[in-house]
Amino acid sequence: MQSTLWNDLAAALPELWMLGAVCFVLVFDLFVPAARRDLTYWLVQATLAGALVFTVAGHDGGRTLAFGGHYVVDEMAVLLKSAIYLVAGAVFLYSRPYLKDRGLFRGEYFVLGLFGVLGMMIMVSAHSFVSLYLGLELLALSQYAMVAFFRDSLPASEAAMKYFVLGALASGMLLYGMSVLYGTVGSLDIATVANALSQEEGRSAFALFGLVFVVVGIAFKFGAVPFHMWVPDVYDGAPTSVTLYIGSAPKIAAFAMLMRLLSESLGPLTGDWGQLLAVLLVLSMAVGNIIAIAQRRIKRMLAYSTISHVGFLFFGVMAGTQEGYAAAMFYAIVYAAMAAGAFGMLLLMSRQGYEPEHIDDFKGLNERHPWLAFLMLLLMFSMAGIPPTVGFYAKLAVIQAAVNVGEVWIAVYAVVLSVIGAFYYLRVVKYMYFDKPEESHPVQPGMDAQVIMGINGLAMLALGVFPGGLMALCLRAVGY
Amino acid sequence: MIPLEHYLVFGAILFALSVAGIFLNRKNLIVLLMCIELMLLAVNTNFIAFSHQLGDMAGQVFVFFILTVAAAEAAIGLAILVVLFRNRRSINVDDLDSLKG
Repeated sequence: MQSTLWNDLAAALPELWMLGAVCFVLVFDLFVPAARRDLTYWLVQATLAGALVFTVAGHDGGRTLAFGGHYVVDEMAVLLKSAIYLVAGAVFLYSRPYLKDRGLFRGEYFVLGLFGVLGMMIMVSAHSFVSLYLGLELLALSQYAMVAFFRDSLPASEAAMKYFVLGALASGMLLYGMSVLYGTVGSLDIATVANALSQEEGRSAFALFGLVFVVVGIAFKFGAVPFHMWVPDVYDGAPTSVTLYIGSAPKIAAFAMLMRLLSESLGPLTGDWGQLLAVLLVLSMAVGNIIAIAQRRIKRMLAYSTISHVGFLFFGVMAGTQEGYAAAMFYAIVYAAMAAGAFGMLLLMSRQGYEPEHIDDFKGLNERHPWLAFLMLLLMFSMAGIPPTVGFYAKLAVIQAAVNVGEVWIAVYAVVLSVIGAFYYLRVVKYMYFDKPEESHPVQPGMDAQVIMGINGLAMLALGVFPGGLMALCLRAVGY
Repeated sequence: MIPLEHYLVFGAILFALSVAGIFLNRKNLIVLLMCIELMLLAVNTNFIAFSHQLGDMAGQVFVFFILTVAAAEAAIGLAILVVLFRNRRSINVDDLDSLKG
């Protein structure tokens, strides 16, 4: 009995480390004078690095179930968790000067951010409805608080309220679906649910009723049309450092939730949820790409672009094959990196009392800071899906997987809308390179931010030229 | 002995009422928070009814977790409400219009 407990704890070592470290940071920060607050920041980065080491080194290549089947460590968990740490580390790095300039450089931002990372880790490793829900709520509650973190800002508090109400509604939908599935199947364990549903008598209309609620809950969390109302408002209203956090790493965790729920537990009902996802993705691609063209505010534009990318991600999952799952996983990881870069660029261009709010603020960036302009060019090309950047390969892999299962018409539709979407990304590039700057104040981001942004931007190019390594990892993670 | 269906219909009615409340209510944010709590209670009713029917304790344990999370959620919701009231001097849903979608 005792050895089982130790095995369980050993399997969950990254989460335990993260929990202990966050609690330590929380208390430590209370005793640090404001002038030495950088210590907290470095401690946070060390926490993430430690978690990365425990996750990668502690994995023996197999699949371990722990805590009575509530928790799992497998290839997918290790890959997605590692991606989450890297993206979260970059997010904290980009945020630091921005927070300092606005008097928001407090321990709470980092503590809430790390609790969110812990929630994402639990979501990624969840193997029952209970642990999945608890991880999701830990992430969501941290995010609500982070959006409201800038207390004196009216848009931020309004965005927080909207996010809170719609997020809670989404959790309620998801839970209702889970309760119905529990009633049909009699278990909360993901593998048991899948087993029961693969029997012919398990596929009752009642199970489908639960499935619909689960899909609606997932679509809300992702921000897929028609459940996207909160995305532009929250992205635009929240402080940009928080938008950066919300827009990047949690997408990877949401993808993990999608995989655990739809592919692993509801896998036998692929045909049914595939149709639901098809409707969501067709609407998301259209609304996201077309409304983004009309946006002048950069954060709102990127929010609509998120919605269209969610459509692509669903497209890969909809295919329902190992190849499709791997392509969607590749897309999720790459998207998180692209979003971290694009929102991070807004933080790098900010200074005390100024931050780029409209796309006009990018005018003439090439004259003001050629290196940042070049990196932004790579990020925009990648989001638009222009070769040789990785965005092209990600879209190609998703479309290929979908065409292989005969979804030719949706594939054509996706390509047409990507072309429409390319317009607003290229407009930013045109402003940067061919227009005169409207202000002359130099852009002076810190050295560390420039280096990491350089890696982030060039990775878009490098992964686009050599996508094989990451793709192989994704294929292995879905057990191909 | 009350049959399972009655509990399920009761849960479904509570759930539908709370969702309708979230979308129809245009006056007061506190009512919105109450709707969210009601929604979680509807789910709890479902879980307990199924758990009793199936003779499986897992559903009832899940309910304890949901109750705990609901408490934390209410705390954060009310905190955001206070922040919003300090900035806006109103908790009217119709006044939340400074962000245009």
